[in-house]
Parts: sequence; structure tokens; C-alpha cells
Amino acid sequence: MKTLFDLFLTFARIGLFTFGGGYAMIPLIESTCVVKKEWITHDEMMDITVIAESTPGPVAINCAMYVGMKKKGIPGAAAATLGVILPSFLIILLISFFFDRFLEIKWVSSAFRGIKIAVGILIADAAVRMILKTEKKPLNITIAAVSFAAVMLINVFALRLSSVVIMLAAAAVSLAVYLAGRRKEKGAKK
Amino acid sequence: MILLELFLGFLLIGCFSFGGAYGAIPLIREVVLYFGWLDDEKLSYMIAVSESTPGPIMVNMATYIGSSRAGVPGAVIATAAVVLPAFLIVIVITAALKNVIKKDAPQAVLKGLKSCVIGIILATGVYMILTNCVGSINSISVDIAAICLTAGLSVFRFGTKKVIKKDVSPVILIFLAGIAGVLIYGWN
Repeated sequence: MKTLFDLFLTFARIGLFTFGGGYAMIPLIESTCVVKKEWITHDEMMDITVIAESTPGPVAINCAMYVGMKKKGIPGAAAATLGVILPSFLIILLISFFFDRFLEIKWVSSAFRGIKIAVGILIADAAVRMILKTEKKPLNITIAAVSFAAVMLINVFALRLSSVVIMLAAAAVSLAVYLAGRRKEKGAKK
Repeated sequence: MILLELFLGFLLIGCFSFGGAYGAIPLIREVVLYFGWLDDEKLSYMIAVSESTPGPIMVNMATYIGSSRAGVPGAVIATAAVVLPAFLIVIVITAALKNVIKKDAPQAVLKGLKSCVIGIILATGVYMILTNCVGSINSISVDIAAICLTAGLSVFRFGTKKVIKKDVSPVILIFLAGIAGVLIYGWN
């Protein structure tokens, strides 16, 4: 019980002090869980980050889940997750009660008209950053380019096609290319 | 009914949010517009608020939309739904599949997903910038102030990256854009 509470409190503190979420939290999780609390080793932390990147959901929350799971099984994972979410949940809940009335103030709505423009830039910038970091193999580039074109068309012409369909198609193509490559390799060995 | 919609919508988002903080935004936009929970304008306001408050954007968006649609129960259900897929997957992976996910075939699937998400995020960002500057295909309206602001903020964002070799935090960019908004569109 004491460990569960400790997990909850520790992750609540991490959740409260990281703006922007995601990768911003990882250094803090590392310094708290590896160095200070010694809940997991540095290698485990590396492992967790890699797996967290391969599973859906915000990386920081996945990390909290893994650390909790390691320490105390499913109740531990639940306590850590609850902790990391709770601060932002309460803050946003409070904002949601006042946001609409707040927007009725002229200078606030003016500010948000400007902010809207920053949001578009931040999203495009996030994508550019991912492109710079990714492996530039022909298959990856093709998939990214086709997905980009498809979603642009969907947006501009308001087509009814979900991006989930595009994601599943991309996963299928990537798997098919991998399997075809492996079969060829086997054939060559024979 | 609205609670069920919130649950299913955010469950879907939770299942397909690969690719870090911004990875979920295109799908959130799609789901939110489909159900008519928010319009594009309000959605980008909330992305800015989520970015400027603690916590992952995806979870903050779920909390806000849940709360604005169905009060505290809505906020709880949407937030729970958006983290539930990750929670279950983490439990299964740590219990049984820890090594499977590092094998080649699952990694091939993930690489396909990641490349696809990059394309989708870029398209979403570019489309948002386009609608800000020239409107949508059904209502084309060229907004000179928005174009100037887009150019100015982009130069600032990418310029500081080149000059001081460090990124300005998104919060600072949002703050500056807010000040510019007040100057351009007026106080009262």
C-alpha cells in the first residue's frame, strides 16, 4: 500500500511539472525513478522508452505504466497512471468551466486568433522534426509522401475517409514489403 | 448517449496515437469534427491551451472535450478512454510479449505506421496554416494579417533554431502569437 501511494505521489509530481507532455517528461522520470528512487535501472529505462515509442499513447504515460507495472503489477501501473494524469486533469477541468466566458473578452479572443496561427506552425514543425530524425529509406519516404497527399486531399475536399484506414494500409504495405524481402533472402540462400 | 460517443471516440484515438505528442492531433481533429464536438477554430485554441498546461496534449484534449460536452462525468470517461488502450497494451506486453515487439515483423509494421503518421501530421499542420491564411475551398478568403503573422512566427521559430542553436519553447511561441493577436485584432 505504501509503495502504491509512493508511486501515485511521485508520478503526480512528474505530471504537474512537465509542460508540453510527452518527451518533456522523460528526463524527469529518469532522474526520479532511476537515480533517486532506484525503482528501475538505467537499462530498463532505455528499454521502457523504446517500447513506449512502439505502443500507442503518450510516451510519458506509457513510461509511468511500465514503471508502476515493474514495481507493483497491475495496481502499481494503475496508481502511477492515475498519478501522472491527475494534475493536468484537474487543471484542464478547471479551465473548461471558464474557457467559453473567457473567450468572450475581446482581447482574449484576439490573442487566440493569433495563437491559432502558432498552433499550425508548431504542428508542421513537429512533422518536419520527425522527418529529419527518421531513416530515409525509399519505403519510409514513399509511405510518408503518399499519406501526406491522401490527407491533404481528404482535408481540402472534405472527403469521408478516416486516417485510420490510411494508417492500416501503411502498416500492411510495410509488413508486406518486409515479408517479400525475407522470402527473397531465403530463396537466395537455397 | 453522449457519454458512449465520448468513450468510443477517445478509445479510437487512444488506439491509434502513434508518434509522440503531436501524433494524436490529426485523429483527434477527425473525430472531434465528425461528432461536431468543436469546430476547427476552437480546436486550435484548445491545442494551444493543452500545450501551455502540464500533461500530454492528447489527455488534456480528452479532459476538455469531455467536460465541455458532458461535465465532470464526460471528462472522466473521455480521459479514461484515451489512456485505456495504452494501459491494456502495456500490461499485455510486460506480461507476455516483451520480446515479440522487438522482432523484425512487428518493427516493420511500426515503421510503416510511423512514416504514415509523419505524413498525416505534416498534412494537418500545412492544412491548418492554409485555412488560416486563405480559408477553405468553399469559402476562400485571403487574410493578409494572418499571412504576415504566419511568416513572422515561422521566421522566429526557425531563425532562433539557426542563430542560438536552441529551440524556443512552444509556450513562448504561443505567448508571442497571443501578443501579436491582440495588437493586430484589437483589445476591445
